[in-house]
Amino acid sequence: MSQLESPMNLLETQGLGVSFGGVHAVKAVDFTLQSGELRCLIGPNGAGKSTFFKMLSGQLKPTRGLCHFKGQRISGLAPHQVARLGIGIKTQAPSVFDGLDVLENLRLAASRLQAPGEARDTAEQTLERIGLTELRSRPVGDLAHGQRQWVELGMILASRPTLVLLDEPAAGMTYQEVRKTAALIKEINAQSTVVVVEHDMEFIRLIAGTVTVFNQGAVLAQGSFAQVTQDPAVREAYLGKQEIKHA
Amino acid sequence: MPVDTRTLLPVLGCVMAAVLVAVLPQWLDLFTLLSLTIYLVMALLALSLAFIWGFGGILCFGQAAFFGLGAYAYAIGVLNIGDSTWPVVLAIAVPALVAAAMGYFMFYGGISDVYLGVITLAVTLILFNVMNSTSGSEYQIGSALLGGFNGIPAIPTLNVPFNPDHVLEPETLFQVIGATLILCYLGLCGLLASRFGKVVVAIRENEQRAGLLGYDTRLHKLIVFSLGGGIAGLAGCLFANWGAFVSPGVFGLAQSAQIIIWVIVGGRGTLFGPILACVGIQALMARLGEQQHVDSGFVLGLILLTFVMLLPRGLLPALSTLATRVVKRRPQATPAQERAL
Repeated sequence: MSQLESPMNLLETQGLGVSFGGVHAVKAVDFTLQSGELRCLIGPNGAGKSTFFKMLSGQLKPTRGLCHFKGQRISGLAPHQVARLGIGIKTQAPSVFDGLDVLENLRLAASRLQAPGEARDTAEQTLERIGLTELRSRPVGDLAHGQRQWVELGMILASRPTLVLLDEPAAGMTYQEVRKTAALIKEINAQSTVVVVEHDMEFIRLIAGTVTVFNQGAVLAQGSFAQVTQDPAVREAYLGKQEIKHA
Repeated sequence: MPVDTRTLLPVLGCVMAAVLVAVLPQWLDLFTLLSLTIYLVMALLALSLAFIWGFGGILCFGQAAFFGLGAYAYAIGVLNIGDSTWPVVLAIAVPALVAAAMGYFMFYGGISDVYLGVITLAVTLILFNVMNSTSGSEYQIGSALLGGFNGIPAIPTLNVPFNPDHVLEPETLFQVIGATLILCYLGLCGLLASRFGKVVVAIRENEQRAGLLGYDTRLHKLIVFSLGGGIAGLAGCLFANWGAFVSPGVFGLAQSAQIIIWVIVGGRGTLFGPILACVGIQALMARLGEQQHVDSGFVLGLILLTFVMLLPRGLLPALSTLATRVVKRRPQATPAQERAL
């Protein structure tokens, strides 16, 4: 707990950035997240939100700056080390064990930290929560896109993380599926702090929370959904001066 | 968990196999028994690749390297020590350690599938060339002359542990080899049923996801690779015992290719399939060697081609799909799901 300025911050980055050759994908971001928050990261394509996300999850090593989780430095750690500190990650494309059945997927997620019996119970409960009980013994590879996304969310639920990082959890979903996903994320938020990267405005309106807007590798604005969508600078960057429609 | 057919079948099969191994030496003539012995030695080698490729997802083109290292480690050890007990340990430890060292650089260096195959094959060929150029009296480890392409002849065979005067008869050697194969098979079945095994399969399915769940994928792959190397080494040790001879041919390209063919034909994702395919193919090759109309290598290629084109999942998975269809359980019965048969 030495380097942390405010002990209330669950996650904190100081000047975190990465460059690929001469391209500064993320410049130098100062970002703080309080425990229990539901935070959305939005921004136009290429704004650096996914890159920033990958630095938090350890999938990408930052070239400058620091990142602390619960006061512990996590920048530079391997993904599994980040995960072990209690950070659950959902990648953009569904990343699941396609050849294994739904229950086994959930059990693998649960048994990282839980004893076998407990993990089995957790897996069963999670199966119910994501509403895929009748598909329990089907290989995940056979499921529809939306269902696979839920399996992945279920795996994150089952692993009981302190912080959950979600990269475009509603990508490629129908409206009905988006609503269910939003409900699931709120449920996850009841026990974990959540960061969501998303560009579907309708979805962000559904889950509300605080919104951080990225543009050109830096934070442009931060506030409630209503605040940022009213912000002229955000409108200009994000939508080319148009009114934000779905709001 | 309730005991279902999936756990019962391998255990029952092993009990039957154990009985067979115990009684066969009394029924068979020595020549048949010796042929059978080498089939079982190779089956152990097939088992090692079935484990690391079929379950660990590590395509190793150089399983022959560990096999050869095991054979040479045993030969050099036993020629120096006399008693075969420690050389056997050496034959497992040396390849396992070499596998661990190679695995460390490959897995922790983040090398992906295809390059892994290239590296393992290259290591095998390097060993082949190194051992080939060790003829002459200056290439000697202790009292063991390496012998270059001529190999090491007259290797003392297994004795009763710590009792070098009590050398095993061919009949007993067959039983020891059979028992070793059964125990390794059961051990791997058990390992795959454990949490460790489940994680190994999960890593094969999706390495990124396994990592994001907090599993150290590099360490798991390293352990699997080393274990596979150790088992291949044990097979090499038994091979050296079978013929009392080892030459650089164990590192040859033909040897490496054969192991992969056994696993492809038998089926990746099963342990028993490659054992079956290995014994079957060797028996067939031996038969073909007795006639002069068709080249046996040609037939082997034909078999490989047939399986890759028509039964890409291999013999055992195809058979079990067929069986489930006949029994008419629901055909959705988990094609890619693991049964550690």
